[in-house]
Amino acid sequence: MPKPEEARYTKTHEWIALEGDQSLVGVSDHAQHEMGDVVFVELPKMNQKLEKDKPCTVVESVKSAFDIYAPVAGEVSAVNAAVTGDPAIINQSPLEKGWLFKMKAANPEDLKTLMDWNAYQEFIKQGVH
Amino acid sequence: MEDITTLDNRLSIEKSSPGRRALKFKGRLKHSAPPIPENLRRKTAPRLAELSEFDVVRHFTRLSKINFSLDSHFYPLGSCTMKYNPRVNEDIAALDGFTGLHPMAPDEAAQGTLECLYNLQTLLCELCGMEAITLQPAAGAHGEFAGLMAAKAYFAHKNQKDRVEVIVPDSAHGTNPASAAMLGFSSINIDSGPDGRVDLEVLKRHLGPKTAVVMLTIPNTLGIFESGIETISKMVHEAGALVYMDGANFNAMIGMIKPGELGVDIMHLNMHKTFSTPHGGGGPGAGAIAVKKYLDAYLPVPVIKKEGNRYCADFNRPLSIGKVKAFFGNTGVLLKAYAYLLMHSPRELGEISENAIINANYAKALLKDYYPSHSKDHCMHECVLAPSPEMMAKEITTLDVAKRLLDYGFHAPTIYFPHIAHEAIMIEPTETETRETVEEFASAMKKISAEALNNPQKLKDAPQTMPVKRLDEVQAARQPNLRW
Repeated sequence: MPKPEEARYTKTHEWIALEGDQSLVGVSDHAQHEMGDVVFVELPKMNQKLEKDKPCTVVESVKSAFDIYAPVAGEVSAVNAAVTGDPAIINQSPLEKGWLFKMKAANPEDLKTLMDWNAYQEFIKQGVH
Repeated sequence: MEDITTLDNRLSIEKSSPGRRALKFKGRLKHSAPPIPENLRRKTAPRLAELSEFDVVRHFTRLSKINFSLDSHFYPLGSCTMKYNPRVNEDIAALDGFTGLHPMAPDEAAQGTLECLYNLQTLLCELCGMEAITLQPAAGAHGEFAGLMAAKAYFAHKNQKDRVEVIVPDSAHGTNPASAAMLGFSSINIDSGPDGRVDLEVLKRHLGPKTAVVMLTIPNTLGIFESGIETISKMVHEAGALVYMDGANFNAMIGMIKPGELGVDIMHLNMHKTFSTPHGGGGPGAGAIAVKKYLDAYLPVPVIKKEGNRYCADFNRPLSIGKVKAFFGNTGVLLKAYAYLLMHSPRELGEISENAIINANYAKALLKDYYPSHSKDHCMHECVLAPSPEMMAKEITTLDVAKRLLDYGFHAPTIYFPHIAHEAIMIEPTETETRETVEEFASAMKKISAEALNNPQKLKDAPQTMPVKRLDEVQAARQPNLRW
């Protein structure tokens, strides 16, 4: 499972980390904190085609429902059923146990276009969103 | 010890005692209807509360007393325009001539109602600077749906079916992208600029031959007027697309600004917000859509027309998107809105929006050192604030402030909306609140701010004076226990 420093991040606060020939996707620790207690998770479908920056699934907290955007283009290769049964996992362990789905990136090199840990920390500090 | 609250909170059915009655009928009731066939009769008696008249009076009086409502409390719910609904509206909508009308009555027998609806259409078109209107949609989001459907029909008729995108800034109401998606458009969310307005450069990048409609909420959910609207309209029209205005916040503009003159092509109005008809608790509402002449043909049927001295419902509109609601829409609600409009002169209508804006800015100014505003600009009819950094340093959230307000006798404002503002507290006092009420509210908010710094636990434990204390929202959402 990825360490926060090894993942790449989007401006919409998803993280993505390469694991073998697949990539794990979830919401960042910052995002889970901002959303508050997660109460419902919808997962994408297996083999669903993903377009970069297009909403692919939804996470709902006590505050609101949030779209989850695909960090890169590709296809869903696995989903984490554990988070639909117990959405609190996303708050407790957004990177390790709380990943949402695995995907096969159309071009794994695309991950490098996203923010690395340091850039993401800087991005949060600016408080853009 | 027995729990007093539990005892008090019994449902009427739990207070029931077999054979107890509020009304006693002497002998058998005689009715002229034919007896119900044996096979259709129920086998067991319905489980209804059996109570004395006194029980009934006390039960419902108690419920009305624990109700936190507009009739008893200031209700500054942002984006909802919880203004005073004049009671005379109710009397007028309840007149026998309106309520006794059969919905299938021919036009000749419905002249009075048709005349009122026709006049309402005319007045609303005038206020919006528009040329055609339908009163049918049941509420704002239904209006968005019908309005976008008309836009879709318009492009289909012009053979521009490849216009499949609807652009929505992130400062718009959440229903906007949802309505677009329901009609099969793909909705494109664009980030607003640092001042909370549409970023013209970003908009320009997304406009193109695929754009059908740009949906703007004016004033937007930050309570800010889209001052670039004329430029935006020009850009959108040059791209061959239409401008839709979400008019849910029309209370900030009524009598002052005519959206049609700013380039808006389609807009909806919420009778239950701007035009003082009751809302909350699920309706009914009414969400008229006003459009420019070139979209008239696509509006739902029927449209109320005047021919000579007679009023009629015009169904003969071949390009129409069809019906979106039974009969003429929520006629009772429309009649209340008409009564409200007749009560105000054109100048007074302008004063509605002026005072709504003044009240919101007054609240914002009174609270500026305690709850900083998201925007540096003056707001329109509502302001978006947040707890001060000092309060947040004590781990006080907007939710805590909202709960504590209940103890001070104020309904909580809208919270955590819009999403683009951190820990948003969205306050809309409306024009019908007095200066004193706005000051009392601000004073409570300041006291809460002081409590947050000196005794934050007080906010965490709030509310203390309500029939129920802090609810476990997380548990309620994760493991709902739906029963009564």
